[in-house]
Amino acid sequence: MQKRILKPLVFLLCLLPVVVLVWQLLTDRLGANPIDEVADATGEWTLRFLLITLMATPIKRLFGWGWMVRVRRMLGIFAFFYATLHLVTYLWLDQFFDWGEIWLDILDRPFITIGMLAFVLLLPLVVTSNNMMMRRLGRNWKRLHRLAYVIPLLGVVHFWWLVKADVLEPLVYGGVLALLLLLRVRRKALTGRVAGENCAS
Amino acid sequence: ITIGEVKDGPFSTDENKTDRKDVLTYNNFYEFGVSKSDPFKTAHRMKTDPWSVEVVGECEKPGTFSLEDILAPHALEERIYRLRCVEGWSMVIPWIGFPLADLVKRFAPTSKARFVEFETLYDKKQMPGQRRRVLDWPYREGLRMDEAMNPLTLMAVGLYGETLPNQNGAPLRLVVPWKYGFKSIKSIVKIRFRETQPTSSWMKAGPREYGFYSNVNPNVPHPRWSQKRERRIGELRKRKTLMFNGYEEQVAAMYSGMDLKKYF
Repeated sequence: MQKRILKPLVFLLCLLPVVVLVWQLLTDRLGANPIDEVADATGEWTLRFLLITLMATPIKRLFGWGWMVRVRRMLGIFAFFYATLHLVTYLWLDQFFDWGEIWLDILDRPFITIGMLAFVLLLPLVVTSNNMMMRRLGRNWKRLHRLAYVIPLLGVVHFWWLVKADVLEPLVYGGVLALLLLLRVRRKALTGRVAGENCAS
Repeated sequence: ITIGEVKDGPFSTDENKTDRKDVLTYNNFYEFGVSKSDPFKTAHRMKTDPWSVEVVGECEKPGTFSLEDILAPHALEERIYRLRCVEGWSMVIPWIGFPLADLVKRFAPTSKARFVEFETLYDKKQMPGQRRRVLDWPYREGLRMDEAMNPLTLMAVGLYGETLPNQNGAPLRLVVPWKYGFKSIKSIVKIRFRETQPTSSWMKAGPREYGFYSNVNPNVPHPRWSQKRERRIGELRKRKTLMFNGYEEQVAAMYSGMDLKKYF
């Protein structure tokens, strides 16, 4: 693939879910409870992008495709983008900025607590996702960006605690995450060290 | 069954009715799939004619009755009720049916009958959602005898002036408007009069989360989410959830002196 078109192409692909969602919303295709659908869709896309971001390194290793590593930062930022849409949907269309209620929700409801925690943990990663911060933080940058494994775990639990009876969907996300973590652990065990480029992959 | 003469029943709300299309396409009926859009797509597989209901337990006139026998003596009436789902959304639905109390009396429950239990059809061929054990099939629900005899409690056979669509629980379903929607069991094939409190499918699935009573109560949160507000389907802003879903006047007396936090 041409290097010049890779990033714009991936950028447009990453925007596709929100474009489709807005189109569905405007053309009344989201059914009787569109706000719930928006909340679900943005939440699921957050999880998907978090997991896709973690796939970059294993895919390079297994198939020799390096292009995902080159757009990994963008993928991660899109995970944050969808997380923000998810959070705004909750704050605005679910709670209508009733801060008292929101605060009670965070304190009382573990799935909200853990969702908020996941979002907060995303913030330092986004803020430090540039070359300058990478240089400035040095080794600590890698340490910090290991949060990329913790955040999707929180996301899966957040989803798990939300469903009423059917845990199949969160189970699938959890399974994919477990596989990605396992691939790394195995790698680590085999090489006896953490290869530098894989630290936050 | 065909809906003939229908009179206006009591207790109807004059609130705006939820769009018929939304009532027919947004359903929690796990027997046809866990997504709310599933029942509309797959419920046509259920055969509702012929249909029979088995009546067993603590009553003098048990037996197996055809749907026609069940309905024969009852005059149908329309009742526009609020429906509040435990998930935090609500609708206003014009049901067609008759009081459950009138049906119960026909089976002459004995003095031992303190509860009445209902069961939904269990047939994986007709109900594709039952191939997965999301819940302990067949779906079971129950009421205390006084709840069953309360004049609000309805046996529904139709909505919006027509025969009950399959996805809404054809051909015979319960409507208990002061309780969360899952208590209003659909596609009933069995009625059992019991001395002891039945365990509903949702109680089995989550005993800490779903109690036997499951009365709509904004002051008792679900362990994982608040029940203070609800989104009325078709509206943007949420409304406050009312005690007993706004039917306090008709039902509160049945629970006087009970700790509703304990008996949730």
